[in-house]
Amino acid sequence: MLTVFTKELRSFLSSLIAYIVIVVFLTGIGLFMWVFPSTNVLDYGYADLESLFTLAPYVFMFLIPAITMRTFAEEKKTGTMELLFTRPLTDWDIILGKYLSSLVLVILALVPTLVYYFSIYQLGIQPGNIDTPGTMGSYVGLILLGAVFTAIGLLASVLTESQIVSFIVALFLCFIFFEGFGYLANIRDSSDFSYYIVQFGISHHYETIRRGLIDSRNLMYFFSVIAMMLLTTKLILGSRKW
Amino acid sequence: MSVVVSKLTKAFGEQKAVNNISFEAKPGEIVGFLGPNGAGKSTTMKITTGYLSPTEGTVQVCGADVTENSMDVRKNIGYLPEHNPLYLDMYIKEYLRFIGSLHGLKGKKLKQRIEDMVELCGLQREQHKKIGAISKGYRQRVGLAQSLIHDPPVLILDEPTSGLDPNQIVEIREVIRNIGQDKTVIFSTHIMQEVQAMCNRVIIINLGQLVADGDVDSLKAMQNQANVFITEFKEDIDTQLVADLEGVTNVEALGDHKYKVYANKEVDVRPTMFELAKTHSWTLVGLQQQENTLEDVFQNLTK
Repeated sequence: MLTVFTKELRSFLSSLIAYIVIVVFLTGIGLFMWVFPSTNVLDYGYADLESLFTLAPYVFMFLIPAITMRTFAEEKKTGTMELLFTRPLTDWDIILGKYLSSLVLVILALVPTLVYYFSIYQLGIQPGNIDTPGTMGSYVGLILLGAVFTAIGLLASVLTESQIVSFIVALFLCFIFFEGFGYLANIRDSSDFSYYIVQFGISHHYETIRRGLIDSRNLMYFFSVIAMMLLTTKLILGSRKW
Repeated sequence: MSVVVSKLTKAFGEQKAVNNISFEAKPGEIVGFLGPNGAGKSTTMKITTGYLSPTEGTVQVCGADVTENSMDVRKNIGYLPEHNPLYLDMYIKEYLRFIGSLHGLKGKKLKQRIEDMVELCGLQREQHKKIGAISKGYRQRVGLAQSLIHDPPVLILDEPTSGLDPNQIVEIREVIRNIGQDKTVIFSTHIMQEVQAMCNRVIIINLGQLVADGDVDSLKAMQNQANVFITEFKEDIDTQLVADLEGVTNVEALGDHKYKVYANKEVDVRPTMFELAKTHSWTLVGLQQQENTLEDVFQNLTK
């Protein structure tokens, strides 16, 4: 698994993908946080990272599918999948190697935003006047959200040989999981089920964790969705042997 | 026996790509795998390497079953897939290092193996390039190098010489012949001369079924129904006289004073033919026994 992981990470870092992802993410988030009038922290006047954590999921929704779209689709198209499948590697070695390398890239993009935290920390009326547990909780939430999106992206990539199709499918699934269930629950607000339907969506759990309260129920949700996506990926990879 | 294929069947839906094939291959043997396109060569190889699973039957590689003990099988096989898929954005050595470490090689050993492979496959001149930047012939060598890096006892090569120029073909053949001395090599090809030049054994399959299995000479002999001679004279001759010779079954005029003479299998009519020409003062300018080539054998078996 480690070999696949290293190889994937190397290929991200030796191509432009990694740098483009990181630059686009940071520029986008940076513009919203510090420059654009309606969302920037300076005009907003409160020392928190609200705009970062509300916007990041939407940026991730586009960026993560762009990272993961090539993982399987490209190897299937060029035939290198056959090469991997005939080496002494289990399917899990391949899946986890690819999954973790994509996730590491996502986290790498997130690390520089700690600078934002530091800036806000210093900018408070009294330096350090920031809800640190809340912010850290939000980071955990964002990483978990990224982990789910990455798993979704991997699944979308294993479904097809076309990177474009994979990107669009992943984008759509990420949207459904993040917001779709919330909207679905709103169709009839008074419905008895809406309370449960909301809980299928990522955003419900993300919001809960963002308060700085890391509840095992929320963690369970994230981990089960990731497990479900990866298991489906494994199932589809294994289907060549049916 | 390092490769044992028994009663192997692979069905894709209704269609049977491979139908009840059995054969064995032992170390030191270079087996040529022949068959028209779509005969099931690649499918058989893919099952042997554990990429596909058999519908029925079993394949064993070095004593391990491909379905039950897939990992052991994969460790013992070096595989060059058809079309030779490669990561074009990798450097040659980086790629070999990746494949080597997938096979559990590391450190000094891995480095040594990479150097050995670069030398064995003649990659020295291009060794610092990206795979995407080298020619097809060199890519084929990289493919061969990656299949050999872990020194596997069994080597499976799916059309290793396709798309190479004549010089490269000769070189690749040389490499395969050298490494084949103590390994089991199974390779598929469309080029008959290649089989004649390299293999001690030929397996021909057609429409998923095994139609021939044996060494090159025995295959040719099997197909030889009659001895055929082409004779050429300077003038017209009396074919009846030729037909009356002992053992001759038929004489066919080809025009231009050329005649095709069919004789019984065990009879060589060349000496008597020469005598006949002498007595009748015919000017004999050509007398040649026609050899049954492997192409004929192939065409007969896969028609």
